[in-house]
Amino acid sequence: MAKIIRKEKLSELVWRFRLDAPRIARKRKAGQFIILRPSNDTERIPLTIANADEAQGWIEIIFQVVGRTTLILSELSEGESVLDLAGPLGKPTHVEKFGKCLCIGGGVGVAPLYPIVCALKNAGNEITTIIGSRTKELLILHDEMLEKSDRVLVTTDDGSMGAKGFVSDVFNDLQNRGEHFDTAFVIGPVIMMKVTTSLTVKAGITTYASLNPIMIDGTGMCGGCRVTVGGKTRFACVDGPEFDASGIDWDEMIKRLNSYRAFESKAQKSHVCKMEGVR
Amino acid sequence: MNTSQNTTEKRFQRIPMREQDPSERSGNFNEVPFGYSEEEAVAEAQRCLKCKKPLCVQGCPVNVKIPEFIGLIAEGKFAEAAQKLKETNALPAICGRVCPQEEQCESKCILGKKGDPVAVGNLERFAADWERQHGEVTIPKKKLPNGKKVAVIGSGPAGLTCAGELVKDGFDVTIFEALHEPGGVLVYGIPEFRLPKQIVRQEINYLEKLGVRIEKNFIVGKTATIDDLLNEEGFCAVFVGSGAGLPSFMNIKGENLIGVYSANEYLTRSNLMKAFQNNAHTPIMKGKRVVTVGGGNVAMDSARTALRLGAEKSMIVYRRSETEMPARKAEVHHAKEEGIEFHLLCNPVEIEGNEDGFVQNIKCIKMELGEPDNSGRRSPKPVAGSEFDLDCDVVIIAIGNKPNPLIPSSTPQLKVSKWGTIEADESNGKTSMKKVYAGGDIVTGAATVILAMGAGKIAAKSIIEEL
Ligand SMILES: Cc1cc2nc3c(=O)[nH]c(=O)nc-3n(C[C@H](O)[C@H](O)[C@H](O)COP(=O)(O)OP(=O)(O)OC[C@H]3O[C@@H](n4cnc5c(N)ncnc54)[C@H](O)[C@@H]3O)c2cc1C
Ligand SMILES: Cc1cc2nc3c(=O)[nH]c(=O)nc-3n(C[C@H](O)[C@H](O)[C@H](O)COP(=O)(O)OP(=O)(O)OC[C@H]3O[C@@H](n4cnc5c(N)ncnc54)[C@H](O)[C@@H]3O)c2cc1C
Ligand code: SF4
Ligand code: SF4
Ligand code: FES
Repeated sequence: MAKIIRKEKLSELVWRFRLDAPRIARKRKAGQFIILRPSNDTERIPLTIANADEAQGWIEIIFQVVGRTTLILSELSEGESVLDLAGPLGKPTHVEKFGKCLCIGGGVGVAPLYPIVCALKNAGNEITTIIGSRTKELLILHDEMLEKSDRVLVTTDDGSMGAKGFVSDVFNDLQNRGEHFDTAFVIGPVIMMKVTTSLTVKAGITTYASLNPIMIDGTGMCGGCRVTVGGKTRFACVDGPEFDASGIDWDEMIKRLNSYRAFESKAQKSHVCKMEGVR
Repeated sequence: MNTSQNTTEKRFQRIPMREQDPSERSGNFNEVPFGYSEEEAVAEAQRCLKCKKPLCVQGCPVNVKIPEFIGLIAEGKFAEAAQKLKETNALPAICGRVCPQEEQCESKCILGKKGDPVAVGNLERFAADWERQHGEVTIPKKKLPNGKKVAVIGSGPAGLTCAGELVKDGFDVTIFEALHEPGGVLVYGIPEFRLPKQIVRQEINYLEKLGVRIEKNFIVGKTATIDDLLNEEGFCAVFVGSGAGLPSFMNIKGENLIGVYSANEYLTRSNLMKAFQNNAHTPIMKGKRVVTVGGGNVAMDSARTALRLGAEKSMIVYRRSETEMPARKAEVHHAKEEGIEFHLLCNPVEIEGNEDGFVQNIKCIKMELGEPDNSGRRSPKPVAGSEFDLDCDVVIIAIGNKPNPLIPSSTPQLKVSKWGTIEADESNGKTSMKKVYAGGDIVTGAATVILAMGAGKIAAKSIIEEL
């Protein structure tokens, strides 16, 4: 059981929960995630640890309502508890002084990007952050990113905030201006990661993407989260979730994410947007 | 009245256990055998010769006092029989159901030389069920608390047994379990129709009543390391019973297609996440034609689960012949009765799918058995040019599990074999690290419930002696 000590709506579909989890707060590092089950009769779902305070013993998760479990989670109130919470899981982000770092986040992917930006900053890197969403109201963590990055570039699909277009367009602009980066981190909807990392990799930047395949246990026990990286099968929950983007088999990953689409659309209580819709 | 001829015949004939009809049970998840009635149990128990030197006991890895408990059943003293069992085996309701008796206790029974061996497993199950159903489970005498804290990692049979022994001896025991439900393979792996989860739940409740604390959702190596437990959290000893939960794949083409599951994933979705219930929210692909690869208990459980989830055809592909199948004989027999199709002496070479990435068929090659290898098993070799296709929409890979590296990799001081198992002295459970003991599948590799329990008990004994 983990108590929800704060509940906040970040946008129409995105929530931030602060959970009482002293053990996880103590151990977690940037790039790691938790698995939770909101209540009995729900699935185990993975969510990135977006923020944590060791002294106060809490972690924060930021999630978008995309299906039944995230919907039920969003319906819990402050003071109530999530039934099961386990973590921290996955390998932490490899953080060192790379030099000039590029952090690119799309949609709710901006949330898992935030702790990475913080860790890179602490390690003395110069950080350019590009964040994007479908529209202004759906953009999250803009202020937080401003505080931790050396520069933040915003883009929306409809141009309601920042440049009109996709994060990949912004990267193209930077490249056209002759800017160089040492390392890039890209997190967002799979299509966005596929497109964007192909550009950064082509530009010769070492690029890491954080993968979000379907998971169950999150401890390497089921193999449901397997992805192909560099021609090898890897378990994203224990070998990842971050991988060198140059070797990721994106098409296989996209197909596998659709494994249960028919089942899930039935399970949804009411109409909620698909994650892919938000960029 | 019986003629004496008749009595001797009876002596050699086992009282069969009534079972659900195969055609009916293949459509539900209820337990297959019904269990003995009191009369049946007494009659079966009376077959036992109460040997002076009971060979059956030597066949049991924990040396259950077989003639004694069976004698009590024969006298109608069922609660006492259960007590007697529990002197050596903490989980008789479970072992009676899942032990490979035909290779252990029953294989040695003297009656087996001339007829059916005594149904030790069935009787064990009967006594334990009787005790539970009559609410006569007694809390054993516990020693006074000694104030010493021991951590047990994993709540499978090894961890549960170790915890039970220690708590009775006065230790303050906490089990740390990674999943949200304790029980290990007993809850996430073995299906309801073979081991009702309520039985496991009751055994765990019993341990909790004895004072064992269970911390779920706690992944040792992640939430805290073994070093943390010993150095910061005040535990005087740690028992590692984390099992062999890492699924093996075949590394053939098409293994990541949609509809290809490890048995662990398939069974976890069905058992732990309850996908087998109609109103469940965890999805599972209910294939129409399901191929399970492998020949052990895990393969039988997967293939039979697929059938119950509605498969029109559930097939097993195994590379050796039936004689070499490691599964319990009873399960192979049950699977056959239920209509599982066995493709023996063939091996998958590739899985093929459609353009959306869903499985369409599995390509197999016929195998023949060569000369016996070092392990004495005849190793299979492919027959050139004998490939054939099996149409299917779900493939379940049940070719074995290895130990999960999470604990070894977060505990560099722990010595690990080249198979990834933790090295521990089998006579006392000691590992290369002080105060750290290990047992069960994490030490032996995938084995059996009773061996894991035995290892948990041995380690508990040595912890009690050391501390
Ligand atoms: C390591 C990791 C970290 C993650 N971190 C976050 C996070 O910080 N914030 C957040 O909002 N989400 C995150 N996700 C995704 C999140 O786990 C899924 O959105 C969630 O499981 C959906 O559950 P559901 O029952 O509500 O939806 P479902 O009913 O299961 O699915 C609804 C829709 O979402 C798609 N979907 C299902 N599972 C996933 C998945 N794992 N990833 C992407 N799409 C999926 C389905 O195809 C379907 O179209 C993360 C995933 C992983 C693996
Ligand atoms: C499908 C299936 C059918 C089987 N059928 C039979 C049968 O009929 N008869 C028989 O005798 N045997 C059978 N077996 C084998 C038997 O179940 C195992 O040998 C036995 O369960 C091993 O017990 P264990 O306690 O060592 O480990 P497990 O039962 O595997 O339990 C280990 C526990 O540790 C937990 N854990 C792992 N890592 C961590 C960690 N880092 N932190 C915290 N917790 C952790 C796991 O979640 C798990 O709950 C079967 C196995 C399977 C998979
Ligand atoms: S524990 Fe298993 S092997 Fe031992 S007597 Fe019971 S059924 Fe037989
Ligand atoms: S060997 Fe058979 S007959 Fe003899 S005591 Fe054991 S079960 Fe009874
Ligand atoms: S989620 Fe089960 S192995 Fe990764």
